[in-house]
Amino acid sequence: MITRDDVLHIANLAKIQLSDEEVEKFKDEFQSILDYFDILDEVEEEIEPTFTVIQLRNVFREDAPGECLSREEAMMNAKHVENGYFKGPKVVE
Amino acid sequence: MISVAEWKERVESEKCYDLVSEMLERIERSRLNAYITVIENEALRKAEEYDKGELKGKLAGIPVAIKDNITTKGIRTTCASRILHDYVPPFDAHVVERLKAEGAIIIGKTNMDEFAMGTTTETSFFGVVRNPYDEDRVAGGSSGGSGAVVAGEEAVMSLGSDTGGSIRCPASFCGVYGLKPTYGLVSRYGLIPYANSLEQIGPMASSVEDLALLLEVIAGKDARDSTNAGRSFEFKGQTEKKFKIGVVKEMGGNDEVMGRFSEVLEMLNGLTDGEVVEVSMPSFRYALAAYYVIAMSEASSNLARYDGVRYGLASELDSWSRYFSKVRAEGFGEEVKRRIMLGSYALSAGYYGKYYLKALKVRTLVRRDFQKAFSQVDVLISPTMPSLPFRIGELADPLTMYKADVNTVAINLAGIPALSMPAGFVKGLPVGLQIMGDYFSENTILNFALMLEKRFSETGLIED
Repeated sequence: MITRDDVLHIANLAKIQLSDEEVEKFKDEFQSILDYFDILDEVEEEIEPTFTVIQLRNVFREDAPGECLSREEAMMNAKHVENGYFKGPKVVE
Repeated sequence: MISVAEWKERVESEKCYDLVSEMLERIERSRLNAYITVIENEALRKAEEYDKGELKGKLAGIPVAIKDNITTKGIRTTCASRILHDYVPPFDAHVVERLKAEGAIIIGKTNMDEFAMGTTTETSFFGVVRNPYDEDRVAGGSSGGSGAVVAGEEAVMSLGSDTGGSIRCPASFCGVYGLKPTYGLVSRYGLIPYANSLEQIGPMASSVEDLALLLEVIAGKDARDSTNAGRSFEFKGQTEKKFKIGVVKEMGGNDEVMGRFSEVLEMLNGLTDGEVVEVSMPSFRYALAAYYVIAMSEASSNLARYDGVRYGLASELDSWSRYFSKVRAEGFGEEVKRRIMLGSYALSAGYYGKYYLKALKVRTLVRRDFQKAFSQVDVLISPTMPSLPFRIGELADPLTMYKADVNTVAINLAGIPALSMPAGFVKGLPVGLQIMGDYFSENTILNFALMLEKRFSETGLIED
């Protein structure tokens, strides 16, 4: 059973703040979606997993310098900028 | 719908500038809500260039629309999400570079489900795309805008992206042609990722010929996508070919859709240049669940980049955990939150083996089933969608919406190519036929579609 605490735990892992109403709504929806996923329990353990569908191995390229974005281009969408750097939130309170 | 041939004929006698202006006016008046951004000035400037004989290439002077999860330099690219509502990319996607190199006129960025997560475009921050055949119904998703602009003559062709049916569904619902290429044929460089191991950019158009033309332009080698197969595509007509056709037993639909599908089958059975057999795919029992587990897991990882620091929606800086959680709560819509959270859960300690690893095992089974089938037949067919276009608001419950993708997701799990083509109307609404082929057999499925397109028009089977 998916509980309120489970939803809050998942929301914390995903870093998404939820309102009380959202927690209630997602709790019931997650339960029915996860119940549907239980069909996967029937699949045998011995089968090899497929991580990638086309069989590519070690695609190499020349280690040659190319063009890259300028600092201005790279920062043009940032809202918090200081001295030409991205400014992020405080890591230590 | 306007074909490339028709457009080319018209620009012989009329000015491209006038035709593009006329199209822009049609977009302005339109009620479909198919565009998020219309690139009016630049489109007119390009049309002028064409009129002066300065625009060259395979798509010279052709208006092409681009789904809004494909990066366009200097043009807002939103993924139909509030979190990217003002994002202006500093670079072009590989496919956009290719379009520009071939002289296409990029006319606008099309509406879609937020981050391509949906089957109806109802999850778009910019509102639902309306079906060109019935405005109370959806155009399908997630590339709903790209389907609607082709049907509504608001572009000649368009690009969509397909993670679990997102090109084929709107192609079916809007009565147009749409192709999901083999995984790796088209570079994903500049496609804002949702579920990278499943998605491909592909063409949408008003005919098989145009689908093939647009695929020729966008396919090809690109070192910036590490899963690019390094192959190009050239369309080769095979008019004399006989096709061995498999009908997938596990892919069906409701009575309305199956009624139309049976008529198509009856026609195919009567052909001298085809043979129809039934094929069973037992792994499809697990395909839908496996698809959603993989897509959600990859989404939870891909969408971790939206942190309100480097781009996208921002807020007042706070402690990092509170800041990220707040920006993401405000920036993402409900379906995106649902998928990120379920993906986080599926990958979290103790559940990896139960969900994600099991889903990858299903992928092996689905691949095996397709490979077995393609050792016996040239193409597989099914209805694209199990029902007619939904009414707006009809799919209220998420799981019900997920189940609408039942005929399309297995193709993405395997990475094979598939297209949807118009197969007539029921109650005035379009029905799509899905055609699937083996890896890199785009030529086979396009030739089969070309044969059918011809038969449909000869027999009048697809007329409304």
